Amino acid sequence: MEQSILFLAGSILMGLGALGAAVGIGILGARFIEGAARQPELIPMLRTQMFIVMGLVDAVPMIAVGISMYILFAVAG
Amino acid sequence: MASGELTSGAYIKHHLQNLTYGEFPDGHWGFAHSAAEAKEMGFMAFHVDTLGFSFVLGALFLFFFARAAKKASIDAPSGFQNFVESIVDFIDENVRGSFSGKNPMVAPLALTTFIWIVLMNTMDLVPVDWLPSLFAAMGVEYLKVVPTTDPNATFGMSIGIFILILYYSVKEKGLGGFLGELTLHPFGKWMLPANLFLEGVNLLAKPVSLALRLFGNMYAGEMIFILIALLPFWIQWSLSLPWAIFHILIVLLQAFIFMTLVIVYMDMAHQKEH
Repeated sequence: MEQSILFLAGSILMGLGALGAAVGIGILGARFIEGAARQPELIPMLRTQMFIVMGLVDAVPMIAVGISMYILFAVAG
Repeated sequence: MASGELTSGAYIKHHLQNLTYGEFPDGHWGFAHSAAEAKEMGFMAFHVDTLGFSFVLGALFLFFFARAAKKASIDAPSGFQNFVESIVDFIDENVRGSFSGKNPMVAPLALTTFIWIVLMNTMDLVPVDWLPSLFAAMGVEYLKVVPTTDPNATFGMSIGIFILILYYSVKEKGLGGFLGELTLHPFGKWMLPANLFLEGVNLLAKPVSLALRLFGNMYAGEMIFILIALLPFWIQWSLSLPWAIFHILIVLLQAFIFMTLVIVYMDMAHQKEH
């Protein structure tokens, strides 16, 4: 019983994190493409900035993935 | 480590266990022989593999960069000197872009943070079983080669940065100024508890998010490498190659984000705007 709850906890944690990351990066990518369409000559700079902000948007979902992997494999076995 | 009866769960757990040196319940000191024993050792146990690898990589970085600086020549720069110079230029550009104060320590701090984390993260690209089997032949039972997958390492770095933030905040703004900022922003002095709570959370979130972001990324990456290592050898390459290539990007990106945030936090600590 405890094993099943741990598995559920790890999966919900990862799933919600994935949801947040997907929505956030989707919006980020859409703005990048919009900006690239307006000013194609700025694409390299915009691309760099996009990756930087992607790393920040991804931060809390990544923390959730790390903890959920720990729960799923090291705690629940 | 390589035994016929090893289940996949046991293989994964084996690869997730650090080499722990601590005090056993009966009082003698030694290396833990199982995960349960390692847990019993409590807080004052050392993860020898994390300490060893991070120290060796840091020493390597310092040795090579110092040697490039000593042997620097203007007329005939060697390939390595060009490489080091391009890295230093890159860091310099980034620090100039984000840091508006006057502190000669910030750029070397950024350089050290970036290169050290890149080196530690790159250990993740070494195939999962190579170094552990090499060390197992010498009698070392558990080995985790990537120091940044150990939250102790990432928290160690971020707590160091936190101490620097506090030190420079107090030095540049004075103790009264720093406490005033904590208690009087964003609302006025009549909302002091609310201010303190908001600003306190903001202040504490800095080292915690810095450490956990790096840890989460690296732990998840290593976990996927271990899971891919469980597949049969004829299909492993189809998964491990794309993941390893993607992981190179993650390694560099996370080190860069850590460095950029360190520079931004140092800048925030030096500002005397209010």
